[in-house]
Amino acid sequence: MVVFAVCFCLTAGSVRAEDCRDSLRIGVYLPMTGSVAAYGDMEWAGIRIARDMEPEALGRKVELLLVDTKSDKIEAANAVTLLIERDKVVGILGEAISGNTMAGNPISELAGIPSVSPSATSPLVNQGKKFAFRACFIDPFQGQVAARFARSRLQAATAALIIDNAQDYSVGLGSFFAKQFTKDGGKIVSTAYIQTGDQDFSAQLSTLQAANPDIIYAPNYYTESALLAKQARDLGIRAPILTGDGAHSDTLIRIGGNAVEGMFLTGHFHRDAAGSPRAKEFIRRFTEQYKRDPDAFAALGGDAYFLLIDAVRRAGSTDGSRIRDALASTRGLDAVSGSISMGEGGTPVKGMVINKVENGGFVYVTTIEP
Amino acid sequence: MINGISLGSLYALVAIGYTMVYGILRLINFAHGDLLMFAAYSALYGTTLFALPWYWSFPLALLGTGLLGILVERSAYRPLRGAPRISLLISAIGVSFLLENLALVVIGGVPKPFPRPEVFDRVVEFMGIRIPVLTLYTPIITLVLLSGLLAVVFRTRVGKAMRAASTDFETTQLMGINLDRIISVTFLLGSVLAAAGGIMWSMKYPQVNPFMGVLPGLKAFIAAVLGGIGNIFGAVLGGFVLGVGEIFIVALVPQLSQYRDALSFLALILMLLFRPTGILGEPVEEKV
Amino acid sequence: MKPTGRRTNLLLNLASLLLLAGTLFLFHRYGSDYQVRILNNMAIFIILAVSYNLVNGVCGMLHLGPNAFITIGAYTSALLTMSPAEKELSFILEPLVWPLSAIQAPFSVSLLAAGLLAMGFAFLISFPVFRVRGDYLAIVTLGFGEVVRVLCNAMQSVTNGPLGLKGLVPHTHLGWSWGVAVVTVIFVTRLTNSSYGRAMKAIREDEIAARAMGVDPFKHLLLAFMVSAFFSGVAGGLLAHLITTISPNLFTFLLTFNLLIMIVVGGLGSTTGAVLGAALFTWAGEAMRVVERPMNFGSWSIPGIPGMRMVIFSLLLMGVILFRRHGIMGRREFSWDWLRGRRGPS
Repeated sequence: MVVFAVCFCLTAGSVRAEDCRDSLRIGVYLPMTGSVAAYGDMEWAGIRIARDMEPEALGRKVELLLVDTKSDKIEAANAVTLLIERDKVVGILGEAISGNTMAGNPISELAGIPSVSPSATSPLVNQGKKFAFRACFIDPFQGQVAARFARSRLQAATAALIIDNAQDYSVGLGSFFAKQFTKDGGKIVSTAYIQTGDQDFSAQLSTLQAANPDIIYAPNYYTESALLAKQARDLGIRAPILTGDGAHSDTLIRIGGNAVEGMFLTGHFHRDAAGSPRAKEFIRRFTEQYKRDPDAFAALGGDAYFLLIDAVRRAGSTDGSRIRDALASTRGLDAVSGSISMGEGGTPVKGMVINKVENGGFVYVTTIEP
Repeated sequence: MINGISLGSLYALVAIGYTMVYGILRLINFAHGDLLMFAAYSALYGTTLFALPWYWSFPLALLGTGLLGILVERSAYRPLRGAPRISLLISAIGVSFLLENLALVVIGGVPKPFPRPEVFDRVVEFMGIRIPVLTLYTPIITLVLLSGLLAVVFRTRVGKAMRAASTDFETTQLMGINLDRIISVTFLLGSVLAAAGGIMWSMKYPQVNPFMGVLPGLKAFIAAVLGGIGNIFGAVLGGFVLGVGEIFIVALVPQLSQYRDALSFLALILMLLFRPTGILGEPVEEKV
Repeated sequence: MKPTGRRTNLLLNLASLLLLAGTLFLFHRYGSDYQVRILNNMAIFIILAVSYNLVNGVCGMLHLGPNAFITIGAYTSALLTMSPAEKELSFILEPLVWPLSAIQAPFSVSLLAAGLLAMGFAFLISFPVFRVRGDYLAIVTLGFGEVVRVLCNAMQSVTNGPLGLKGLVPHTHLGWSWGVAVVTVIFVTRLTNSSYGRAMKAIREDEIAARAMGVDPFKHLLLAFMVSAFFSGVAGGLLAHLITTISPNLFTFLLTFNLLIMIVVGGLGSTTGAVLGAALFTWAGEAMRVVERPMNFGSWSIPGIPGMRMVIFSLLLMGVILFRRHGIMGRREFSWDWLRGRRGPS
């Protein structure tokens, strides 16, 4: 054991010889493999495009250092430690999943290195932290807006919930939706649970059908949402389906086909809502390089990058606290997903986009400001 | 109910493969579920990348998976024939993970949609209930494949050899039967059936990802045990029991739907406690 | 050459323990956070591997559900050390059930509780589990592993469901993790060398013969299972307080698979092997990040392929099982005799 410990410190502990003092090092820790690799993939793509668009800050070239978290908490913690110590990064982007971000950001917090997560939406992630930020809104907000939308725009009096019990995101959204919906006078007539990876929802849907809801709120990830929609339509359920940003991906349409037509999504982003030149440029470059439309996660990845770089520039230094203060005082930043101003708890204040699936694509419906 | 039968036949298809291999080799092939995944991906790429019509790419996928099954047996299980059982099991787990991670590396983690050919996409009205035509086709196709299999097992010489090997491994060898070939045939048949199950699974739940085979594989194993492992009829019966049971429980008690998988495992545990040889199994004497 | 006397053995052991403590202290003072973190990881894996090896290697039972015990240990320990205020913050969906919401205990107590609770669970499930053998046992234990995980997801008022727990105080430091590791190794080694251990090995070799010789399999298997569960539970608590947040998807079958690789590569049945396997695994896991970054060979450049790590691990497991089934140590253990023997006859 002792021998190993010694061997180990000789290999892993050594700081890399290349002393790139002239590049600005940003660490990125994302799940590139493992169960949620898809999100890491999309966000990394977005970050890279954003970097291509803004490759410099403080007169130095930005260098992105990617570490794979393998969708695992232990690895996430190791990754952040590695980035801070070995790679001496000045800021961190990541992770994609709230749970893994919660494993990583206590470490960056202690080290005084600011971190921006593209998509960690759980309110627990930034709780009590000064150096942790995110580019997305949080679950309570999303759930509430969804409920308001359902009541006012969709005129729904009753709703049925289908919640993925294995995802904190889904459970959170469902719960906040239910609270707001009931507060606004609606009634939840049926609640069913699924698990990530489930493929058969016929039983849950049959029960739901019996309750005859006006709308179905199913804040799940795209695979489950697509399959759910398909099976619901096959059973003849006509109620509109409302889902969350986790479903916002091309894969939803490719898997769901006709069944997801008319599905509403609360989300961060839509290319039509993207008015600013920067957003348009981002979309153009992304489509050109990757031959597909950027989805919400790619956009958020890009936004996380823009947030950090903008803060570095305004801070005028690589000092962690200065960057952190700059991040907290971000106002009206021109981002891909809209205009971002940083609010409480490292969470941006921004409008929520409502999208709809129409004619095999995502169509922009409206933006709801907080 | 019909959903249950449909689901059940899928489980049955995969369970048969498990049970056949177990019957002869006394090995739980953990990688069986991943063969399902391989078949789905092969069919997917056949149809999209090579632009083959489905009636070409599906059978090709079946064949490919069968060959993969034989390859796995040759490389990962045969060398361990004389080894303690635990080594075989570990090897099976290793193969399973290898296949999954290779798929992850080569294909990527993003789930891909599975193209459902037109023929299977229609919905029929039947006594006021709408049923996708696929749900009806699945049990039918299963029965067809099953009868084909039974014909092989009970009517041909190869089948007879397989049955002999599953009853008594060593004696069969002594009788001059080429056991290696028999085993390869077993794997071939089992894998092809799993592949069929995989393709139909992907048509019903049209998305493929590298880990899609894990849960069906485990469920199929439970089905095989429920019905009596080593017994083909048992596997079929177990598959249906499990499929119908799952659907019913969730329909009757929606609160429990999140526990669906846990309940399947619970059923397994209970079965192993009280009737380890399954519904149709025969008690096995341990010879000292 | 005379075998090493008992006194000499003891002295040598103490000396190496001191050496270990010294090295750890040096790292604690002068090492980087990353190195310390990895060393902590290593220690926790050692505990897990050694206790896992007790059931799989020494008793010969393929048990695929260690993640159940780790989960139970982690949650127990975490729920006990979190302050009531922290709990209120975390349980945003459903409030934590009383009395858990009000309790707070020191770290050591929580670890003990973690081990005991895991042990209790082992006791309960050993009745169904040990009714069967071989492949069935494997699947049944796998089932229990999954059931525990699913339950943790579902029981929101106890575990906060998928949101998990966070904000745990990082109590785990080198002293705790390696201290427990050393205790585990000593305890398990003692157990394996005792008459209980011999009985377990007899069960592994030929259960029926063992039974004929008067060995009660259930009693011994239960013992091994409970001991293994205890240490796994404690390790779970240590792990929770290392990464400061836990949630059910930390404890999937992948964790079991990793443990399996550790003990198989190290040598199924050898405690030394388990230690080596765990250490290798931790080290390799980090060193292999190299494969995933772009590698530069002079003018060539191979782009990093994420995911190669797991492929290589799977291949490694296959390789060991197929070609060197006994792993590194086989069933041998490290001993001072062996070390001295290398110097030639005296």
